[in-house]
Amino acid sequence: MRIRIRHEITQRFEPGTRNMAVTVRLTPRAHEGQFILRWALDLNSDCRLHPQEDAFGNLCHTFSVDGPADQLTVCAEGEIETQDTTGIVRGTVERFPPSLFLRQTDLTEVDPAVAALADAIEAPKDDPLAQLHALMVKVHESVEEQEGPTLGDPLSAAEAVKAGTACAGSIAHVFTAAARHLGLPARHISGYVAPETGEEGEGEARHWAEAHVPKIGWVSFDAGRNICGTENYVRLAVGLDAVGVQALRSTGLDVEERISALDGRAPQKLAQAQSQGQN
Amino acid sequence: MPHAFDEMSSTDGGVRPAYETLQRWLAEVPQDVLDHRRKEAEFIFRRIGITFAVYGEQNAQERLIPFDIVPRILTKDEWSRLSRGLEQRVKALNMYIKDVYSKREILKAGVVPENLVYQNPAFRPEMNGQRVPHDLYVHIAGIDIVRTDPDKFYVLEDNARTPSGVSYMLENREIMLRLFPELFSMHRVAPVENYADDLLATLRSLSPHGGHEPNVVILTPGIHNSAYYEHSFLADKLGVDLVEGRDLFVKDAVVYMRTTEGPKRVDVIYRRLDDDFLDPLAFRRDSVLGVPGLMSAYQAGNVTLTNAVGTGVADDKAVYSYMPDIIKFYLGEEPLLPNVPTWRCREADHLKYVLEHLPELVVKEVHGSGGYGMLVGPASDKAQIEKFRDKLKADPANFIAQPTLALSTCPTLVEKGIAPRHVDLRPFILSGSDKVRIVPGGLTRVAMKEGSLVVNSSQGGGTKDTWVLDA
Repeated sequence: MRIRIRHEITQRFEPGTRNMAVTVRLTPRAHEGQFILRWALDLNSDCRLHPQEDAFGNLCHTFSVDGPADQLTVCAEGEIETQDTTGIVRGTVERFPPSLFLRQTDLTEVDPAVAALADAIEAPKDDPLAQLHALMVKVHESVEEQEGPTLGDPLSAAEAVKAGTACAGSIAHVFTAAARHLGLPARHISGYVAPETGEEGEGEARHWAEAHVPKIGWVSFDAGRNICGTENYVRLAVGLDAVGVQALRSTGLDVEERISALDGRAPQKLAQAQSQGQN
Repeated sequence: MPHAFDEMSSTDGGVRPAYETLQRWLAEVPQDVLDHRRKEAEFIFRRIGITFAVYGEQNAQERLIPFDIVPRILTKDEWSRLSRGLEQRVKALNMYIKDVYSKREILKAGVVPENLVYQNPAFRPEMNGQRVPHDLYVHIAGIDIVRTDPDKFYVLEDNARTPSGVSYMLENREIMLRLFPELFSMHRVAPVENYADDLLATLRSLSPHGGHEPNVVILTPGIHNSAYYEHSFLADKLGVDLVEGRDLFVKDAVVYMRTTEGPKRVDVIYRRLDDDFLDPLAFRRDSVLGVPGLMSAYQAGNVTLTNAVGTGVADDKAVYSYMPDIIKFYLGEEPLLPNVPTWRCREADHLKYVLEHLPELVVKEVHGSGGYGMLVGPASDKAQIEKFRDKLKADPANFIAQPTLALSTCPTLVEKGIAPRHVDLRPFILSGSDKVRIVPGGLTRVAMKEGSLVVNSSQGGGTKDTWVLDA
């Protein structure tokens, strides 16, 4: 599938802000089943982008807005060719062994409710893939994905379980926290999902999870939708939780995002971009 | 509990050579003169405002650490043995941290278990693959030493994050020189006053791009930090700027300081701020104490942070128990300073032993400091021990246990006169790109309460001037 992506983020600052440092994680990398045909970052402000690779191998850019400014707009745009790999993610840049991803963070802390959820799955302990599939179903049944923006300030795993409904990123927290609790390395992924061919919608920016299965490798699990990644999924960044893959980090006020991820083979229509609030 | 080794008096009633002069002098000086000098010392401490805030106390702001006027004396030989061991230890700490954030050979070799690194809250994934200037991570280390007999010095704890206390070492000496000039004329005491010069030379040597006059600043969390006095004291002694996060900014991956004459580039930041708070774009998003973008400047190699980010991965008490193996692995040498035997409660057989022997052990939190959250078995009653047992069972990996050591004692002025009190020692080891510098001695902490083994200032411990005899 050829997916055309446009992701625009507007970050508002205190009026008259000077020297605002910003980090963005908005550049996807290629791996098996994901080829970058073209990709570009554009800013509405005149500043020098410093490309860096973060500890997890994500491509990021840091820059400073000189100001005085009261907002900044970053736009990432490109086309990605994807192939279905039945959710198996290979050929990625890996900077850590899988065992690092047993590490819990504040957002993936396991409270008794998360532990109970994980322990309740019925799958043979010697079959991690079956365990993870059972876990995905369990998480999907326990926490309903809320309507509306798929991003937003994510809840911790414990908060999401308590709330019963949460955004996709928070549901990914539940999945990763529970998988780690079961001793299975799991991580948080940011990316884009295009609608199925013939399906309505503009596509979305989305978070899901990946878990590591011995002999197979990393496998993607989107517990919000109860599926493993398909050719509609474009993988952007990897981290321990939603904060680690946040598309834009600064100390500004609020953020507005407009995203479209569409089947590039379909005839272009005027994008009525999805608008998402964050912070 | 076994009889403690006294550093002045031998068991046969004699006096050890290093203390002969001091002992004679103490015997001649009337008690009221000593009392008077002690009050004078306290008066000076109050006047210069050297105080210490104790967390969790109501009137925490203005507490004075008790200062004991009787110096603690080490011979030149003892010190040279100690300093060789300290240098070895810090070298190994630096190599370990470098390895953990790059090739991870020690994990591959199975010397240190992976989860002790990857699941360690002080491990910073952000530092993975990150080269730091001169490959040095721990530039300022405080290694806590205890002694149990004439020949045995043990390392009790490594402090590789932001060890404090050096200002007391310097102030203690200054006050002793003022109050007891006659004692200094009777002894050849190695100076400590050059610490500030040594520290500045060390910090300058760490500049990422050389140059003659790198701009060094001290970054403090602010006046509410318990060690703020030390931050301002050191800035003053070094003649460098004391800054808070808001005084710095990052532009194009370079750190600048706001000054009245415009932005000034910063090369070396001696930060007394924990990793978590350094940069809201990389660590805690809610930190207002740090500098947004600091990590990007650090990653670009444009600024040196001392100590480096993520050094805590080497100094918690669980890693401590592997230090002898770590030294052997990197240096191929036996540790010159042994560890106190340590049970790791994360391991089932160790835990079993600890639970069976709680009344005789000291149990500590892996990430604890300041003497908080620990159990001193022999000094605790049944209820305290049982309460601790529950805590231990609930989260064994969070604890280590050690035998209750008979820490050495030193003569100390108490209400009834001169009496032995337990002490430890924190020397400060400075690792620059050119060499390692250690001023002779360090900070001696003393448990002022009779029989007490907890020397932490937050638990009512005091300090002493530490003398290393030059001859």
